[in-house]
Amino acid sequence: MHALALLAAGVTVTGAIMVITRRVAVHAVLYLVVTLLALSVVLVLLGASFAAMLEVIIYAGAIMVLFVFVIMMLNLGQPDSQREKEWLHPRAWLGPGILATIVCTELLYCATPLSGPVRLPLPITVHDVGLSLFSRYVLMVELVSFLLLAGLVTAFHIGRHREGGH
Amino acid sequence: MATFLLPLLVLCPLAASLIIFISAGRMGARGAGTVACAGIGVAAVLSIIVSVILLSGPTGGGLQVTLWPWVHVAGFSADIAFMLDRISMIMILVVTIVGLLIHVYAAGYMRDDPGIARFFGCMTLFVAAMLVLVLSSDLLCLFIGWEGVGLCSYLLIGFWYDNPANTAAARKAFYVTRVGDVALLCGLLLLATATGSPRIGAVLAAVTNGQVSASGISMAAFFILMGALAKSAQVPFQAWLPDAMAGPTPTSALIHAATMVTAGVYLIARLHDLFVMAAPVMALTAVLGTLTLLMGACAALVQSDLKRILAWSTISQVGYMFLALGCGVWQAALFHLMTHAFFKALLFLAAGAVIMRARHEQDIFRLGGLRHAMPGLTVAFVIGASALAGLPLVTAGFYSKEMILSGVWHVRFGLTRDWTVTGHPLWAMALLGAFLTALYIFRCVFIVFFGKAGTVAAGRTSRLMTIPLGCLCVLSLCGGVIEMPDTLPSLHLFSALLDPATPLSHADEPVWLVLAGAVVPLAGLALAWMLWGRPSSVMRGARTAGGPDGRHDVLSRWQDIPDRAGAAAGGLVRAASARVFAVRAGFLDMLARWSGRIGRWGARMLERLHNGRMRWYAAWIAGGLCMALAVAVLS
Amino acid sequence: MPAFSFNDTLVLAAIMFSVGLAGVLVRRNMVFMLMSLDIMLNAAALVFVAAGTRWHDAAGQVMFVLILALAAVETAVGLAIILRLHAHGRPTLDADTGNLPEG
Repeated sequence: MHALALLAAGVTVTGAIMVITRRVAVHAVLYLVVTLLALSVVLVLLGASFAAMLEVIIYAGAIMVLFVFVIMMLNLGQPDSQREKEWLHPRAWLGPGILATIVCTELLYCATPLSGPVRLPLPITVHDVGLSLFSRYVLMVELVSFLLLAGLVTAFHIGRHREGGH
Repeated sequence: MATFLLPLLVLCPLAASLIIFISAGRMGARGAGTVACAGIGVAAVLSIIVSVILLSGPTGGGLQVTLWPWVHVAGFSADIAFMLDRISMIMILVVTIVGLLIHVYAAGYMRDDPGIARFFGCMTLFVAAMLVLVLSSDLLCLFIGWEGVGLCSYLLIGFWYDNPANTAAARKAFYVTRVGDVALLCGLLLLATATGSPRIGAVLAAVTNGQVSASGISMAAFFILMGALAKSAQVPFQAWLPDAMAGPTPTSALIHAATMVTAGVYLIARLHDLFVMAAPVMALTAVLGTLTLLMGACAALVQSDLKRILAWSTISQVGYMFLALGCGVWQAALFHLMTHAFFKALLFLAAGAVIMRARHEQDIFRLGGLRHAMPGLTVAFVIGASALAGLPLVTAGFYSKEMILSGVWHVRFGLTRDWTVTGHPLWAMALLGAFLTALYIFRCVFIVFFGKAGTVAAGRTSRLMTIPLGCLCVLSLCGGVIEMPDTLPSLHLFSALLDPATPLSHADEPVWLVLAGAVVPLAGLALAWMLWGRPSSVMRGARTAGGPDGRHDVLSRWQDIPDRAGAAAGGLVRAASARVFAVRAGFLDMLARWSGRIGRWGARMLERLHNGRMRWYAAWIAGGLCMALAVAVLS
Repeated sequence: MPAFSFNDTLVLAAIMFSVGLAGVLVRRNMVFMLMSLDIMLNAAALVFVAAGTRWHDAAGQVMFVLILALAAVETAVGLAIILRLHAHGRPTLDADTGNLPEG
């Protein structure tokens, strides 16, 4: 097993463990982002660059923003300045920061064309995935669209603010 | 031209519904009623036009329209496609014409209700969904209509949602039909995967060509039968229909006469080629239909709520249709469906008018003597009752019931290769059902319209309500003469219309078969007159005076017969039966006690399992996963 | 040799899945349970991608996309439920009190 791979896998597992052991939700979200970034490195090393891209953009980008958003809404009780101070404490961001730096270095190292010793497996390109997705699995895509629609309606219905809700 | 008219036929009620819903009650009672009636009216005219086009075309063919391809992927394709053949022609005529009459009536009946726009929106949507259901030539498209009908029935049964009982009834209807819908979906998908196409024509062709294994056919037919039973409120799914009376009366009329409960009958008639190949399922259909018709009639005999009597009578009459379907005479089932739509709509609408004018009193024992206060409604109700009972020669119900009875008499169920069962026992039970039908409906007539005056009637029935009643009276009386038994002047317009190739004719049937069918309703009427009709009748005071005195008379007369041998035999039988009873009671007691104990114990265990803690459930899932993994690894 | 063999990936995925499962079972806060669920979903997705690489089939990444959609729906609905419960004035986000009517 390559050292790069070992490092990425190690960061992934460490991040995951840190997620489930944190006490403050925001810290856990930071670690979860790092975990997902490290996982995307693993995916790159597996030759699935498209999946890695999606992992970063959608998972670490969009879904995590949802988490952050909800957690901020849940803590509305505390005074803002105090909350801010608590979040900016080095103890909160130091761990995720170090892990993220490792992952970032690794990602850059993988991405440069000069990374000689790493031999990536034969990549599966976006082209292949797209062809497969919209020919063989088009029914699945339809079903997933149903699922997304159902999720949208449910989230809208549950999360709607009702006047004098009971 | 017909390809253009067919989608338009569905579009009219749908557009009316959309207009009413979008206006969101700003239209007013008159406006909503007018739009709804106009939508259904145009649909009725269109359905007559396309029927004429279909009948003037070559026989055996149908009109096909593919609106657009819906899903096309490898191995599966479904279209939004309509087809008009002779079965669906009958259905669209019934749905639109009876639906139109009910809508006109409802425009008068619901005039003062604040939610009238919502009401008419749901009603027209209901008709549109039913039209999709009967017109679609694709199983998936048919399922859309099927679900749409279920949804609209839910909305309409719970129309007065202020009362928790009404919403509970709506939910009950929804849940019960949902069970059937799942079964139906299983059946449809089984068919579609076995034959490779969800188009009804292709499916039936593949089934008749023998491309599908016999067990596959039986499974698919069984699941489809379950779906149809739930939609049509047959045993064992009959529970939702009597509660569905919670909705407004025009809704009940629409559900019972034209749209909802007939969907199951239509589905089996549409797929009759499939059911012919599955003989056990056919026999099951016939038996369940017979059970339902007897049970519905017995239940209707003891109800005291006017609308509930009619509800149970619908269950019983749809049981007749399932009996006919099970015996393979689907033409008779459709004929009875048509006449039943006429007289059941008439009965419901007349009952609604009676209840409205009697200040919303539904208990038949508190109504009474209404024939003086409302002679017109009395005539309408009596005509509907006669058609339901099947009084010979003058009513539509007689001819359709006669067709079913003769079909049942001639059927032979080939359950296995060399074991056939005749349909004569079912015929006898159906005849008993006819007797009970006449008995319960005339019980209702005599108690409500004759005898001492009960409640005071108020107001007048508006013109909008009387016109549909008049039309339905004419249809209930004359709608049946297009098909007559061979013993009478042989006339087979209806079955010739449905299936010109193989007219359903029983030239060899004995005369007494028709006579029996004619005499039995009369006997029921006579008994009802004796029990409830005469001024000094036996059962009139039954509800207040404790027990019926008449029974004592009858019993004492029997005991007077001096027959010692009979007495001795009676004693012997009594002793034996007491013995058997003791043994049976002991056994049953033990059975009941143990089943109760086991049930309680199991319930306590299950209760401990279901403590509502999410993490507890997650732990169970994880445990199961570990077990499965361990089994997979170790084996 | 490639950076990751198939077995290595399976081991990594198993570890991640176990960590996520432990999180679901141990933590009582619903936000943390959702995050743990996301970790588990990622582990499953990783297995699909690894299998796709192993047999050089695009189906693995197709499954990854589908799992991504599933995770998005799950997170959205779960967070909406949490917000709803919070808006009702529940003091805690303890999952074990979710069955109480006014917990």
